[in-house]
Amino acid sequence: MILNEKSVAEIKKKMVRYPRRKSARLPAITVAYRQEGHLHGELYREISQIIEIPVIDIATAASFYTMFPKEPVGKFLIQVCHNISCALLGADSLIGYLEEKLGIKKGETTEDDMFTLISVECLGGCTAAPMMQINDEFYENLTHEKVDKILEDLRNKA
Amino acid sequence: MEKKILTKYVDDPNQINIDTYLSHGGYKALEKVLKEMKPPEVIEEVKKSGVRGRGGAGFPAGVKWGFIPKDNPKPRYLVCNGDESEPGTCKDRVLMESDPHSVVEGMAISSYAIGSHLAFIYNRGEFAYPARMMEKAVEEAYEKGYLGKNILGTGYDLDMIVHTGGGAYICGEESSQLNSIEGERGMSRMRPPFPAVAGLYACPTIVNNVETLAAVPFIINNGGDWYASMGTEKSNGTKLFSLSGHVKNPGNYELELGTPLSVLINDLGGGMLDGHKLKAIIPGGSSTPMLLPDQIDVKLDYESLVEAGSMLGSGAVIVIDERTCMVWVAERLIHFYRHESCGKCTPCRDGTGWLEQLISRIERGEGKPGDIEKIESLCGNIMGRTVCPLGDAAVMPIQSSIKLFRDEWEYHIQNKKCMVKSEFAFK
Ligand SMILES: Cc1cc2nc3c(=O)[nH]c(=O)nc-3n(C[C@H](O)[C@H](O)[C@H](O)COP(=O)(O)O)c2cc1C
Ligand code: FES
Repeated sequence: MILNEKSVAEIKKKMVRYPRRKSARLPAITVAYRQEGHLHGELYREISQIIEIPVIDIATAASFYTMFPKEPVGKFLIQVCHNISCALLGADSLIGYLEEKLGIKKGETTEDDMFTLISVECLGGCTAAPMMQINDEFYENLTHEKVDKILEDLRNKA
Repeated sequence: MEKKILTKYVDDPNQINIDTYLSHGGYKALEKVLKEMKPPEVIEEVKKSGVRGRGGAGFPAGVKWGFIPKDNPKPRYLVCNGDESEPGTCKDRVLMESDPHSVVEGMAISSYAIGSHLAFIYNRGEFAYPARMMEKAVEEAYEKGYLGKNILGTGYDLDMIVHTGGGAYICGEESSQLNSIEGERGMSRMRPPFPAVAGLYACPTIVNNVETLAAVPFIINNGGDWYASMGTEKSNGTKLFSLSGHVKNPGNYELELGTPLSVLINDLGGGMLDGHKLKAIIPGGSSTPMLLPDQIDVKLDYESLVEAGSMLGSGAVIVIDERTCMVWVAERLIHFYRHESCGKCTPCRDGTGWLEQLISRIERGEGKPGDIEKIESLCGNIMGRTVCPLGDAAVMPIQSSIKLFRDEWEYHIQNKKCMVKSEFAFK
């Protein structure tokens, strides 16, 4: 098993609350993603055994939802919003600055597997633009100074 | 200027705790409806308040609740829509993360009114923090007996599930949201039947926006007439506006409906950023038609914005200054809608793709004579011809951009470059 005990318990706990088991798909996929950082076939197979739904139904659902990477990503997944409110306040230059600092292009992962940089659609932080999400956290009202500090703190944390 | 009803306590960091919420009069409205009112009376009060859907369409909430068939023996469900993904919009998040109990209480009262014993809050997947706050509030409400079996000894049972999404805008659309809760791909459903008749698991279901439901406790406590006394004749109450873009003080502001847009942008928002000139305003989320600077005194209510050629939508006001290329704006937006089309119906799936190709090539300086007409024709073939309104949402800002800034589009094609180059540096 790739899913650890805690994840399995969490999936089972959520599963029983829904009137129909099939509703547990998205919650289960979310738990698996939080544990592993990206989704893949083996996880679908394990989920399918836990909630007793054909593996194809897990995979079909998972493939629709873009929040879950389907390929390995760095320890920290940096998602910069490139949508309109953020773009008006410099999201493109923010992406450029991150590319420069990390030495990678958008869509790539640093060699030490620490950071993956992608850009995404509106994250609901528009009044605090420009903003980005790293793993589960939002970072808003970004400035060069703030970005430097965030990356440094993450490097130290790792 | 601001009228803080729903957002009165959002700046109090303790408001997320049930004890603080209770000390501010929380759960009194729930107690009142469970002990003193029959479900039809609750619906009547909400009808009287005139509160309209804050998710975008503006349908009167009480009227929608009345569509639940009386003779259908199936279970009923309430779904609180916290998907909040229309670009520019980030107001439901404020309520979910800073006053989550008001959302729980609003949901509980509404569930009672429609006869539901299981309610869902659909929280957009990226909102990990708001989801944690909602989970905590739900847990506390169970512990204190405001959720669960035999609530406050009245015999009414209600369970509540915080359901998180997976990063799909379309899951904010109610029928797609129901598919998503069922564990399916979030694709839209044909209507009729409407959710009130056959929604979640084919059972009668009411879907309401977070802000709509959060207003319900106030309506119960103070009466529908009190709520209706705020705002304009047909747009009652207050509404949260998310102000973003080229303004000095972006943020979420709660205003009485009917407040002039200039009050929001100039008085509360502090006016234009760095003294630049205003060029356009998107008044109700990225899908709504744009307004021009001379419309800045328009009143922010459902009717006035329609009259001005746009919509109140989700209340996300995006301010755009003179340094901005309107083709560039259109490209950002169509990229979004193409990416978020669920793929169910052809006009939306293929149409948004073609639109993106055409608009991108104009923006790159490779536009050809006739491209604008092609875009217009495509828009016409999408508008009103899709299973859900995502298709309309995609074309409305483009149609309005071409209508209001046609010279800029033509310049772009003739000169193979922007009239003004949008180059925005972050601080
Ligand atoms: C493409 C699309 C996206 C939508 N996104 C949202 C959303 O994020 N939040 C929301 O409350 N309503 C959204 N809606 C509107 C819902 O379909 C529905 O009308 C609303 O949740 C009903 O609640 P209300 O009457 O309280 O507004 C969206 C509609 C469409 C067509
Ligand atoms: S546009 Fe960037 S968070 Fe909304």
